[in-house]
Amino acid sequence: MSQVRVLVGTRKGAFILTADGKRQQWDVSGPHFAGWEMYHLKGSPVDPNRIYASQTSGWYGQIIQRSDDGGKTWIQPGTPPGEPPAPGPPKAASNKFVYDTSAETGKPLTTHQFYDGTQHPWEFKRVWHLEPSLTDPDTVYAGIEDAAIFRSTDGGENWHELPGLRGHGTGPKWQPGAGGMCLHTIILDPSSRTPETQRMWIAISAAGAFRTDDGGKTWEPINRGLYSQYIPNPTAEIGHCVHHIAMNPKRPGVLFMQKHWHVMRSDDAGDNWTKISGNLPTDFGFVIDVHAHEPETIYVVPIKSDGEHFVHEGKLRVYRSRTGGNEWEALTKGLPQSNCYVNVLRDAMAVDSLDKCGIYFGTTGGQVYVSGDAGDCWAPIVRDLPGVLSVEVQTLP
Amino acid sequence: MIRVILPHHLRTLAQVRGEVGLDLEGPATQRSVLDALEARYPMLRGTIRDQVTLQRRPFLRFFACEEDLSHEPPDAPLPDAVASGAEPFVVLGAIAGG
Repeated sequence: MSQVRVLVGTRKGAFILTADGKRQQWDVSGPHFAGWEMYHLKGSPVDPNRIYASQTSGWYGQIIQRSDDGGKTWIQPGTPPGEPPAPGPPKAASNKFVYDTSAETGKPLTTHQFYDGTQHPWEFKRVWHLEPSLTDPDTVYAGIEDAAIFRSTDGGENWHELPGLRGHGTGPKWQPGAGGMCLHTIILDPSSRTPETQRMWIAISAAGAFRTDDGGKTWEPINRGLYSQYIPNPTAEIGHCVHHIAMNPKRPGVLFMQKHWHVMRSDDAGDNWTKISGNLPTDFGFVIDVHAHEPETIYVVPIKSDGEHFVHEGKLRVYRSRTGGNEWEALTKGLPQSNCYVNVLRDAMAVDSLDKCGIYFGTTGGQVYVSGDAGDCWAPIVRDLPGVLSVEVQTLP
Repeated sequence: MIRVILPHHLRTLAQVRGEVGLDLEGPATQRSVLDALEARYPMLRGTIRDQVTLQRRPFLRFFACEEDLSHEPPDAPLPDAVASGAEPFVVLGAIAGG
């Protein structure tokens, strides 16, 4: 029988939740890296037992961890197998994220726009998102704050920036959102045939969405159709606070976006966006995801407003559209419908690929919920974890 | 031997218990102590000092002999009591947030 493994990053450690395909009886492992902020964990599609994790701290900086046995044991990449912890990874290169200022970029960037409109130096703070390659378990991308994309081709041991993103021209106009200037979304196009033609989409708060069609060498902003009343020019090429983008890998190029306000879709790989908020009670939110088998079925969790980051009316409701947007239904069975004031952060929803698609999300209140029937009914897997930062799920044979 | 006390999370990361003992060849300074510490426990690179600039991370402080040495020049000699091992060199995380 198939299994699912849910990778949960929280403000105080990581947890791994496993169950068989019924998704009713769960084993909980953790906390791993107790006390550290675990921004994101994600497994390789090629080798599911290889999991990359971003371990971070405002005090102690960034650590990259890797498991090669499904999360049972972890190493900092570069540590020789079976070696004692000291001497450790060679020079801890796996922790080192250095912006590319070489001549290769053509015009190395030194500043971006700060909250007050002045220019500010780029400063590495943390890894928000790790996206393993679809074809090579040793290749993984990292989305970082201050916004840039890095790649490792040796299992996370060494990291190099893809400088074409910051260097393509609009970088000096990027500015941080409330959570910092983070590159939080990386989507790989499974129909790309070679690394040199790998299409990718990324999103930055608060710069917007960008696409590359050449493996990250060159990038262009793809924000036409977005409208953001909170910036001087609401239809500007960049400056939009995109919160998350989702895509069904079986239908590359059809994208769904939860922006600061507004839920959007694009049917042309991001060249144009249209608003699909429809009858949502509020279209502010962070997460968005797509059903694994029904590419027009999408999920969001509306949040009351930009000033009140909790669910609307004290009710935790997932909204589902089976029509690709505009027509939404509230999914409430099994979710608290009174006195609930949690948020669901941008990387904290995932779907499995079992026949009856499972939907998972985690809250800032530490609950992780599962629905084994595409959202009709929900149940908590765990109720009392630290605040959840990210949720990913692996469907295992 | 120089004695170094690390905060809990860094002891966990380096998988050490209690104090760390370091033998230095030259004079005992912040830089020489941290260089020796990172050479022995490379996983600590970047956690106390920035990997590129070698600047102390903002929420960490250095103490010894009940004095705050955080803002002393990195090549200034540490107190004799630290150099002799009578007192430890303490790396301390700021008590902020949680």
